[in-house]
Amino acid sequence: MYRYDSYDHQFVAERVAQFRDQTRRFLAGELTEDEFRPLRLQNGLYIQKYAPMLRIAIPYGLLSSTQLRKLAHIGRKYDRGYGHFTTRQNIQFNWPRLEDVPDILAELATVEMHAIQTSGNCVRNITSDHFAGVAADEVVDPRAYCELFRQWSTFHPEFAYLPRKFKIAVCGSATDRAATLVHDIGVHAVRNAAGEVGFRVLVGGGLGRTPMIGHVIREFLPREEILNYLDAILRVYNRFGRRDNKYKARIKILVKDMTPEVFARHVEADWERLKGGPATVPDEEIARLSSFFAPPPYEPHSGDDAGFRAAIADNRAFGNWAKRNVFPHKVPGYAVVTLSLKKTGVPPGDATSDQMDTVADLADAYSFGALRVSHEQNLIFTDVKQSALLALWGELKALGFATPNIGLLTDIICCPGGDFCSLANAKSIPIAEAIQRRFDDLDYLYDIGELDLNISGCMNACGHHHVGNIGVLGVDKNGEEWYQVSIGGGQGEHASLGKVIGPSFAANEMPDVVSRLIDVYVESRHEDERFIDTVRRLGIEPFKERVYATAH
Amino acid sequence: MPRLIKDNAIVEDRWTLLRDAASPADVPDGVAAIVPLALWRAARDALRTRGEIGVWLKPDDDPELLAADVGALPLIAVDFPQFTDGRGYSTARLLREKHGFAGELRAIGDVLRDQLYYLWQCGFNAFAVRSDRNLEEALKGLRDFSDNYQATAARPVPLFRRRAQAVADGLSPSIERLA
Repeated sequence: MYRYDSYDHQFVAERVAQFRDQTRRFLAGELTEDEFRPLRLQNGLYIQKYAPMLRIAIPYGLLSSTQLRKLAHIGRKYDRGYGHFTTRQNIQFNWPRLEDVPDILAELATVEMHAIQTSGNCVRNITSDHFAGVAADEVVDPRAYCELFRQWSTFHPEFAYLPRKFKIAVCGSATDRAATLVHDIGVHAVRNAAGEVGFRVLVGGGLGRTPMIGHVIREFLPREEILNYLDAILRVYNRFGRRDNKYKARIKILVKDMTPEVFARHVEADWERLKGGPATVPDEEIARLSSFFAPPPYEPHSGDDAGFRAAIADNRAFGNWAKRNVFPHKVPGYAVVTLSLKKTGVPPGDATSDQMDTVADLADAYSFGALRVSHEQNLIFTDVKQSALLALWGELKALGFATPNIGLLTDIICCPGGDFCSLANAKSIPIAEAIQRRFDDLDYLYDIGELDLNISGCMNACGHHHVGNIGVLGVDKNGEEWYQVSIGGGQGEHASLGKVIGPSFAANEMPDVVSRLIDVYVESRHEDERFIDTVRRLGIEPFKERVYATAH
Repeated sequence: MPRLIKDNAIVEDRWTLLRDAASPADVPDGVAAIVPLALWRAARDALRTRGEIGVWLKPDDDPELLAADVGALPLIAVDFPQFTDGRGYSTARLLREKHGFAGELRAIGDVLRDQLYYLWQCGFNAFAVRSDRNLEEALKGLRDFSDNYQATAARPVPLFRRRAQAVADGLSPSIERLA
């Protein structure tokens, strides 16, 4: 993991002091609400429905056991003993007191964490592939570049008052596990024919009110030029992005209005000026950053662990878990384990402070003291010996984090919704729970197979409903909570946006609606066809007919 | 005489900001005046005979339009109608880094303490802090941070280059143990 040096420590300490003084001045009436709002947002602090909400960055999803223990402590001391992992590799606390926030930030700084730019109209937390560095399909380990971008974006003086928020995601694998196509900027670390590392750059993707898939504006950018290029993109957006209407202020609208070709021309023109300048990144800096992400001291293994193979055959429950929650590792004898934060009855992405402490202990015992947070709101141990999986499974079961449902219908991506969020039109957590209860039969769940079901409580799409194979959006109709359903969305390198099937439903209808969609799939699927494939083959009509025919 | 922050100190402001001047007749003789870009472009030569002239830009004014004038202008001001409108930060960097403007670059409008550090890094060296605010307090805003990661107008060499130089000089920045 990246480690702060004296510079990084000083910046974060200065930020804490700055925000402490800003909070003091706000509470003393020296700063108005309007003047304080952007300042607190750029420190992750929202004023929510019942209390402030503090969003803490987990840069590109990497977390040490020490850091997780600190988060557990913060949950216990300043909140109600739990936290919520978000869809952008952050953690949120829903009940801190405004006047405690400077102290929380100071505590975070002691473990090299912060809440800088986790909200507001600025460059947000850089997100990435939660399997970075261990996936077999990886072309370039993106972590050193993520850290480069973290430093570049942190306190960037020119881009703190953009037209709207700005999200960057990075991946370096054939499979896009970072949703890069639906980010303001997607960065793909790639290699050219000569084997040199560079970046494919996409702009203008995004979810929210007007979902769009990003456009490639450069197929291969030499890696040393990336900060010059990012500066050029942000500068075009900062100057020309719309500021008259917040719903049209994201970069995707600018790119669409200008056309991607013209937008790219503006960027390339400014880059031409910057190319080779002081922000060009020397190889030595890439090497310095890469040194923080050297592989841990793996034990040599010649291949798969025989005991692990035998346990899968002997123990059906363990086998189910191994099939769904264990991912192959590029190093023989090791495995990647996803801890499911999607147990029925628990809000997706929530963990208690006690659970966090136990996970930290398990990370120390099983995975070199480190873990990851995924945008699907689960936790990941990236470096577990196959021979230890059975023991780890036992520990995770006791903790409630071994639900064998990764990638399945009940592994629901879900925003906090109307239970917590003041932006929400409708609750989302109870909908997730009702659907999970409907599909509690594991055999049936496995038969349905891979399916992303995503729920957002409003247009802002924190639950990524547009890219759910089944997407659920909470809407307000005359003060009542209704749910609009779309199908056919998908994330990853073939990302697509779902299509709305028709008029919205009441909360109590939602499990039936999902059941009917699944019925059509089960009846119509070809062998080995996933739900999304069937929807893409048949279109939405047969699904729509079934859902609305039986609704009356 | 009104005061402002310039080059890290509180000084008297000898310039008069003419927000609405539409013709040279609106510019008093012998007064150092800051005129709108449109007036400057329409009547550059007539204005020059009147005395010292600076130009102010709206957030959507293209700094490119001053490219030929940067050597001759003693002052350019950039307006912030609301402090949350960040276009002026890019305007400043383009004036300094693309067009090489070396004179006084002044932030005007909704200019507040909590934005001063970033404004300074983007190339502003003068800050006409909103008149209802205390200048001594605002001056502290320039000291919020001691350094930054990026290449900026005020610090053209990014931290990663200076950090590498420090290591080469044997001044390795320390990495402390995680608590």
